Amino acid sequence: MIEPSAGPADTAAPDAPLLVAAAPGGPDADLIAELVRLAPREGPVAVLKGAPPRISEAGVVVVRVGDVVVKAHPEGTPEADLRARLGLAGRLPGLMLAPLGVERLGARLVTIWPAGEPLTPADLEDGDDRVPWAEGARLLARLHTRPLPPGLPAAGGPARLARAVAALDGHRDVPPAIRAAYRTLPWSRAGHRPVRPGPAAGGEPPVALVHGDWHLGQLVRIGGTWILIDPDDLGQGDPAWDLARPAAWFAAGLLATSAWDRFLGAYLAAGGGAVSRDEPWRELDLPARALTVQLAATAVATARRARRPLDETARALVSSCARILATARV
Amino acid sequence: MQCPKCRGSMRTYDRNGIHIEQCDNCRGIFLDYGELETLTRLESQWAQQQYAPPPAHGAPAWGAPHHGHHGHHRERSWVGMLFSS
Repeated sequence: MIEPSAGPADTAAPDAPLLVAAAPGGPDADLIAELVRLAPREGPVAVLKGAPPRISEAGVVVVRVGDVVVKAHPEGTPEADLRARLGLAGRLPGLMLAPLGVERLGARLVTIWPAGEPLTPADLEDGDDRVPWAEGARLLARLHTRPLPPGLPAAGGPARLARAVAALDGHRDVPPAIRAAYRTLPWSRAGHRPVRPGPAAGGEPPVALVHGDWHLGQLVRIGGTWILIDPDDLGQGDPAWDLARPAAWFAAGLLATSAWDRFLGAYLAAGGGAVSRDEPWRELDLPARALTVQLAATAVATARRARRPLDETARALVSSCARILATARV
Repeated sequence: MQCPKCRGSMRTYDRNGIHIEQCDNCRGIFLDYGELETLTRLESQWAQQQYAPPPAHGAPAWGAPHHGHHGHHRERSWVGMLFSS
């Protein structure tokens, strides 16, 4: 998980090298210098994620060196799971970016990638038409229809939910609606397997190949074509989780109806099978509730760490949690 | 007051702070200076509130009301959230 402030503004262009502002010789500077050394070629250096002072022992650090990106994974990342995910990403051409290599750096695993062209804030400021909602949806639809290879770990979505809620511990003034809404979700109960509500009640959610952490930062252009990146949460799971984050944004009133319609419409038109065409919210409802709780928890924890009041975005998500709670009580 | 068109007698109405005269005979309406602009403005405000297209794919029972605005949320934290886990 990264700080929400580590957004597109941090993806500095390679022609504008970022000076690493850590104390010379300090652990942060050491790690970044070692990541730069792991790059196969020299080139301008830019810290894309985890730049000091946001760097942490366990956090992700991403450095761009010329035309490659070097990513230090959090300490304690299960190696077999990561290698299975990387191997699969290498077998999904045109769908997921393939890694160039895997290295070990002390307690951390490091992966090396071709640098793509990310979405920029300018793409958003120029209006919704520039945001590749449809392209992202079509990539997810194609991913969800791929055969599920054996031995793949579970997709990382539900674990992210649990981590986001756990990260509220120790913070004061956490709106009670967040944890209360979490307790209405099947994932809050250990060992509970979620069951579909509605007409298909009692049925197990479908299992498919799932990205596990989809958002706009997971799209880059390579040679002008959009492709998915970051297989860290890739695995088997309910494919509706990949649509659940935009669904939660839409349900919170943050994402415009037109953008949401474009995303879901393109997903369905591309043959995506996570949701039913006639009643997509039947399958979306529970995962979107989960993502709402996750996003609200992350927004509140971020604000509390920074000792800032909740902004409009965080308040919209907390309101969503309160409505989830209200409908769960009916 | 007499209707300038048919010479019928006109009746005065007050609607949302706008003063209109209507002819009892031909139903023609007389607007004072600036009142057409005021009506047009009120009409477009009302239309913005009423004619937000419904989501093509429905919405959850716990969803926030949408008012058909597009891209009003340009808060830095919202843009950041679009890009982060």
